[in-house]
Amino acid sequence: STQSTWGIIKMLSNSIKKDLYKVVQRSFSSFWANVQQGPPDPIFGITDAFRKDSSSQKVNLGAGTYRDDNGKPFVLECVKKGQALSQQKYHDYEYLPVPGLAPFTDVSIRLAYGADSQAIKEKRVAALQALSGTGSLRLGAEFIRKFMPAGTPIYMPDQTWANHKNIFTSAGLQIKEYRYYQPKTRLLNLEGLLEDLNNLPERSVVLLHACAHNPTGVDPSQAEWRQIRDIIQKRNALVFFDMAYQGFTSGDTELDAYAVRLFADANIPILLAQSYAKNFGLYGMRVGCFSVVCQSEEEARRVQSQATIIARGIWSNPPVEGARIVESVLNDKELSQLWHKEVKIMADRVKTMRDQLVVNLRKSGSPHDWSHITKQIGMFAFTGLQPPQVETLARDHHIYFTKDGSCLLYTSDAADDLLCVDLCGRRIIYK
Amino acid sequence: VLIFFFFKQKTAYEISACTYFFFFQAEDGIRDAQESRGLGDVYKRQYQRRVHGELSKFLMQRLNTLTQQLVAAQRQQDDVFADVQLAPPDVILGLTLAFKADQDPNKVSLGVGAYRDDDGKPYVFQSVRKAEQKIVSANLDKEYAPIDGTPEFIKAAQKLLFVGEDVLAKYGKYVVTSQCVGGTGSLRLAFEFLNRFKPGTVYVSNPTWVNHNQIVEYMGMRLVEYPYWCPEAKGLNFPAMIGSLRQAAPGSIILLHACAHNPTGVDPTAEQWREIAQVCKENKLFPYFDHAYQGFATGDLENDSLSLKIFLEEGLQFLVTQSFAKNFGLYGERVGAIHIVCNNAEVAERVRSQLKIVVRVTYSNPPIHGARLVQTIIGDSQLFEEWKQELVQVSGRIIQMRTLLRQELESLGTQGNWDHITSQIGMFSYTGLTPKQCDLLTQKYHIYLVKNGRISICGLTTKNVSYVARAIKDVVENA
Repeated sequence: STQSTWGIIKMLSNSIKKDLYKVVQRSFSSFWANVQQGPPDPIFGITDAFRKDSSSQKVNLGAGTYRDDNGKPFVLECVKKGQALSQQKYHDYEYLPVPGLAPFTDVSIRLAYGADSQAIKEKRVAALQALSGTGSLRLGAEFIRKFMPAGTPIYMPDQTWANHKNIFTSAGLQIKEYRYYQPKTRLLNLEGLLEDLNNLPERSVVLLHACAHNPTGVDPSQAEWRQIRDIIQKRNALVFFDMAYQGFTSGDTELDAYAVRLFADANIPILLAQSYAKNFGLYGMRVGCFSVVCQSEEEARRVQSQATIIARGIWSNPPVEGARIVESVLNDKELSQLWHKEVKIMADRVKTMRDQLVVNLRKSGSPHDWSHITKQIGMFAFTGLQPPQVETLARDHHIYFTKDGSCLLYTSDAADDLLCVDLCGRRIIYK
Repeated sequence: VLIFFFFKQKTAYEISACTYFFFFQAEDGIRDAQESRGLGDVYKRQYQRRVHGELSKFLMQRLNTLTQQLVAAQRQQDDVFADVQLAPPDVILGLTLAFKADQDPNKVSLGVGAYRDDDGKPYVFQSVRKAEQKIVSANLDKEYAPIDGTPEFIKAAQKLLFVGEDVLAKYGKYVVTSQCVGGTGSLRLAFEFLNRFKPGTVYVSNPTWVNHNQIVEYMGMRLVEYPYWCPEAKGLNFPAMIGSLRQAAPGSIILLHACAHNPTGVDPTAEQWREIAQVCKENKLFPYFDHAYQGFATGDLENDSLSLKIFLEEGLQFLVTQSFAKNFGLYGERVGAIHIVCNNAEVAERVRSQLKIVVRVTYSNPPIHGARLVQTIIGDSQLFEEWKQELVQVSGRIIQMRTLLRQELESLGTQGNWDHITSQIGMFSYTGLTPKQCDLLTQKYHIYLVKNGRISICGLTTKNVSYVARAIKDVVENA
């Protein structure tokens, strides 16, 4: 282009035209003009970033999905057999009733509350099949918003699953916190927890992780659960249990359901969100169960009818496939035993990984105390790593944690080849 | 007095209350109170039947109820869910339950919009069975799908929706698509999204699918009905409809049925669609298409998406919710999708990011199984052809049943004009029967249908069509 005045005017007019086009385009796209770019999901966003990473050494310790010792997704043997069995039993794709597949919800609440549960015997449990943990939580949140007094807040632990706050907020509930995690010890802040629960207003709703707290891996002991139960009873509170890791935590489904059963036996009103994503490996099938333990059979009927109406407005009726598989497995003696075995294998592998990680960290000469990794329980470990360290790990070492330092205890390498990092970031040892 | 002397206050109140209940039957108190749990009635029956010899039995029963009361009193004082009323069963799904419970051998279900073959049995598409086998042998994992569904499914859903050689290429560049949980899940997602980012009055046809009204009201959005069904002509009241839309305020959301209107079966013509598009453009209205019956209207997939094509050609931005329940027979697998037509890539990106957030707080990510079946069929040219042919057969049987029903009604000399049975389109027919006539059909003939006179033609078979015709004749002439 020439330096002449005419050339300059042409250049200017071209750039103005471009801007005008943008303005005009924007005014025609005015319908969604006010839609801001939403942030990437704190957990699935990590998996997206991991997928885009081209390094061969990359490790995803972000999303809560089980991997075998080769880093591959693991389809349980009992699930394969259960799927074959369900294809023999069920021959169509017809709509389920709104509350879902009845044999599935029946066996589901038996798994959670125990085969000898008083509440089940007295038919006091309202249960609906829902879309995995998230769907059950959302259903419960909508139920609370509709039937508890206006402005009832829900109390959750100060460290909790990233999606909890968003689910309850989107249902229109106010969020409050109680102390849970003690950063100094990286274990439970029992004193703070009990004190905060003691100060709850009457008839509050309290969210508790039934087992394998996500993301800290810090669970109360049985004695501590009893203390929590006493205070909850005293404050006349309602408890919403999120149980996504039954069987996966200790390897024993009965043990993992201790808190839920303890509270149910104490006649505390309970809502329960059960997920089969992890303990059955049925992640994408979206299998879960939402239940409410009521005071009487009659009340359970009323509650069920209202929860049904809410579910009808969210998804009409739940997906068949996953529920049929779970029902086929749990209602078959052999397959059920196989499942209990396999879930214990998964839980044991987690414990092995915890031990191995700590051993390797110590071997690498790290001066810090990593014992909290073995004291914590479940799929996740709250390492104590800070956001800048997490970023360094992702950028320089292609290891993906969530921003809060929570990491998943499966690596893509065999147990010996763990990457160990000194917290100060000074020494990196590849073993 | 003695009780209060010996026991602590709280316990004393409980014991004295139970003692009072035990001995005194308040005429107005116990039997009528909601909290009595029917105990008053128990007492009433006991008094009527009691004789000397049964005195001890009566006393034991009283003791039992007293114990139960004491135990119940031990539980939370004021029930958390005391105010939760028993909800009425769902109008349409309740029909299926009632039908199942009915023992009459002649019963006919004309309620739910689920396809049945000529034996009244659910029909599983052969192409779906083949896709099922393909998936099983592929030994896939069960990992989470991305929040908005897999890319393969998104492609398949768009390919079906904007069917027609160049439509997708020309207009589909900035369509934001997300897999959803069936038609209802897509609907709920759409309204959550609209309510968050573009709240406005929602215009629905009078009548429309009952869940439309329910969800809009649940979301707390303002609902207005636009005229649609003309009872006299038993067709579309287009002048009134377009007049109502002209009055709509800018930013209003207009809920339209892309084809095979539910429940009336009456669709606008192509010219009428163009006029609707013009009004939407002029008044800056936001069209929302519910597309649950592609393939069931004209039998041709492309023709059934004509309304969408017209709106695309007119340069409108709109939203479509798509269901694969009926046209793939995958009802219980809950396969659906939402499509938002945007103007450019930047807006599409922003819209997609926000849509994903709404999904994440509802159910995190969509169920994989049904989606895999759909994408397998649409992605395999042979299976796709097979499926299209099966769909033609299925929709063909519905048209055949319409013809048969009308023939039977006319040959019986049934009162009234029955042209609409064959002129209406899709799975349903708006018969024009009154609620009273519908009730009689159910009670006398065990024929189950929705009270607004909507019948699902799928429930008709060559074996039951005469029976149904005779029943309709009877209720029309005698009710």
